[in-house]
Amino acid sequence: MKIAVLSGKGGTGKTLVATNLSFSINNSLYLDCDVEEPNGHLFFESPLISSVDVSLPIPRVIDEKCDGCMKCVDFCKFNALAYVGNKVLVFDKICHSCGGCKLVCPHDAIYEEERVIGKIESRKYGGVDVHTGILNPGEESGTKIISRLMEIAKSKREEITVIDSPPGSSCVVMDSIKDADYCIIVAESSIFGAHNLEMVHELVLLFEKPMGVVLNKTTNGINPSKLYCENNNIPILLDIPFSKKINAISSSGVLISEEDEKYKIMFTNLLKKITGGEIS
Amino acid sequence: MKQLLILSGKGGTGKTTIASGLIKLAEVKAYADCDVDAPNLHLSINQNTDPHVSDFYGLDLANINKETCILCGKCFDNCRFHAIKFDEYYEVDPYACEGCSVCEYICPVNAITMKERVIGVTKVYSNYHVFSTAQLRMGSGNSGLLVTEVKKGLAPYKNKCNLSIIDGSPGIGCPVIASISGVDMILVVAEPSLSGYHDMLRIIKTSHGFPSIVSVCVNKCDLNKKLTDDIINYCTENKIPFLGTLPFDERVLETINNGLTIADMDSPLKHDLEEILEKILNILDLKGDKNL
Repeated sequence: MKIAVLSGKGGTGKTLVATNLSFSINNSLYLDCDVEEPNGHLFFESPLISSVDVSLPIPRVIDEKCDGCMKCVDFCKFNALAYVGNKVLVFDKICHSCGGCKLVCPHDAIYEEERVIGKIESRKYGGVDVHTGILNPGEESGTKIISRLMEIAKSKREEITVIDSPPGSSCVVMDSIKDADYCIIVAESSIFGAHNLEMVHELVLLFEKPMGVVLNKTTNGINPSKLYCENNNIPILLDIPFSKKINAISSSGVLISEEDEKYKIMFTNLLKKITGGEIS
Repeated sequence: MKQLLILSGKGGTGKTTIASGLIKLAEVKAYADCDVDAPNLHLSINQNTDPHVSDFYGLDLANINKETCILCGKCFDNCRFHAIKFDEYYEVDPYACEGCSVCEYICPVNAITMKERVIGVTKVYSNYHVFSTAQLRMGSGNSGLLVTEVKKGLAPYKNKCNLSIIDGSPGIGCPVIASISGVDMILVVAEPSLSGYHDMLRIIKTSHGFPSIVSVCVNKCDLNKKLTDDIINYCTENKIPFLGTLPFDERVLETINNGLTIADMDSPLKHDLEEILEKILNILDLKGDKNL
C-alpha cells in the first residue's frame, strides 16, 4: 500500500508525519519526493548505501554541421535555444529535454548529452528503507527525480510505502500522488492552512483517492482547517496539539516516535485507521 | 522602485506573516504574492476593491484527432513526458503534457494540433495601492511563467513609489527562480530547526549568481536557541546581513486568523519587526524615504 503525505501549505508537518509513520511500521519504504527541500533524511541519519545521479538529456550543437537555418531555435517552445554570433546557444537550465531540436535539425547537427540535475540517496534506518530525491540548487524542475523515486517503489516489496510529497498543488505534487492508494493531508490551524487544505483536497478529489486529514499544531482557539473537514465530511485521522516538546525534539532532527513510545503508538494507530488494522 | 522578495526554502517558516507585517508597517503601496501554487497574502491584507482578473495561458496542450489518427504510435514513442496514453486509441494526458509540440511535428497524418490552455488566473487589485497575485490551476506546470506575470502586474507603479514587497514561494525550483530574477534584495525567513537550517542553506545557494542582496532573519527564534545561534553564526561567517529575530508568540495565530498582521499587534514582535524593516531600508538606501 502506498500512502502519500501532502499538505498544500509548507511547514504544516508533512515530514513529521511521513517520517514517524514510516518508523512506526516494522518494514516500510520511505520516499522523500520533496526534492526541492528534502528533509526526511535528517531524521534517518545513517550511512549512505548508495547515491545515484539523476540526469536529463540536453542538446549539443556540432557547429561545423550547423548552417544557421534556425529550425531548432524556432521549434523550441521553451526558448532554450538562441542563435547568436553565427552559433546556436543552448540554455541548459531552461531546456525541458523534449528532444524536438534534434528531431527538426535537417543537418543532423544536434546530439544529446546527459546533464546531472540531482540525485537519489539511499539509506537504511531501523526497519525503514529510506530514499531521498535531491534537486541541485539552481535547477528548475525535479519531475524526473520524482518519477525515478516512483520506479523504486515499484521494484520494492515492502508492504507500506510512505511518500513525502512536495508542498503546493502543482504538477510535481500530482506526480507524487498519482500512484498512491491513500492520501494523508496534514493541515495546521491557521486560515492559511485551511485555504491550502481546500486546494489540495480538490486535487485529491480529482484523482479519486481515499483520504484523511491529520490536524497538526492545534491550539484551543477556532481551527479553520477542522471546520473545513467537518463541513466537507473529510475524516480527521489524528489531532496533534501544538507542543514545545514535540518542536524541541523534532527541530533537533530526532524522530518523536523513537524518543517517546507514546508517539510511536500514536502513529501505529494512525496506520490502523488507514488500513483498517490489516497491516502492522 | 526597489523590490524586496521574501523567501524561506522550507515552507511554513512565516514568509507571509512577515511579508504582511512589513507591508503594513512600511505602508508600501505596491506588493505581490508570487506563491502562485498556494497564495495566502490576500487573506492578511484586506482589499476594498474587486480585482482585475485575467486568464493566464501556459504552453499549448496537444490534442489528438482520433478520426485522423492511423495508430502508428510515433507520438507515443517520441513523447519524453509520457503524456501520450494508449487504450484502444491514443490520447493526451493533459497533466503530463508540457506543450513541446514534438508529437505535432512527428505525426505523419497531421492528426495532432496544439491548443491554447489556461493554467491559472492573475488578479490585480488597484486603487490607491496595487496588489498583484495569482492562482495556478490545480496540477499545472509552467508556474514560473505565472510568477513572472504577477511581477509584471507591479510595473505600472514603477515610478509611483520606491519600494515593493513580494511574498515568494517555498522550495528552490522554477517559481522561486522566476521570483528572484530582477529583485534588489531577498529576505530569507529561517526557522530554528535542523530542517529550516538545511533549507536556508539551499535557498542561499540557489540565489548565488543573481545580483540580489541576500539577508536573513529567524522567526520563532526561541523554539530552538541552539539552531538560532547556528544560523546567526553562519550568516556572520559568510558575511550575509543578519537582520534580526522574532520570538514565538502564540497570539500570532489568532491575529492571522482574524485577517490581521504582526503590525496590528500589541506585542514585542512588532518592535522586532520594526528593527528588521529599518535595516532593510538602510540596505536599500531608502531610509527616511517618504514615498515607499
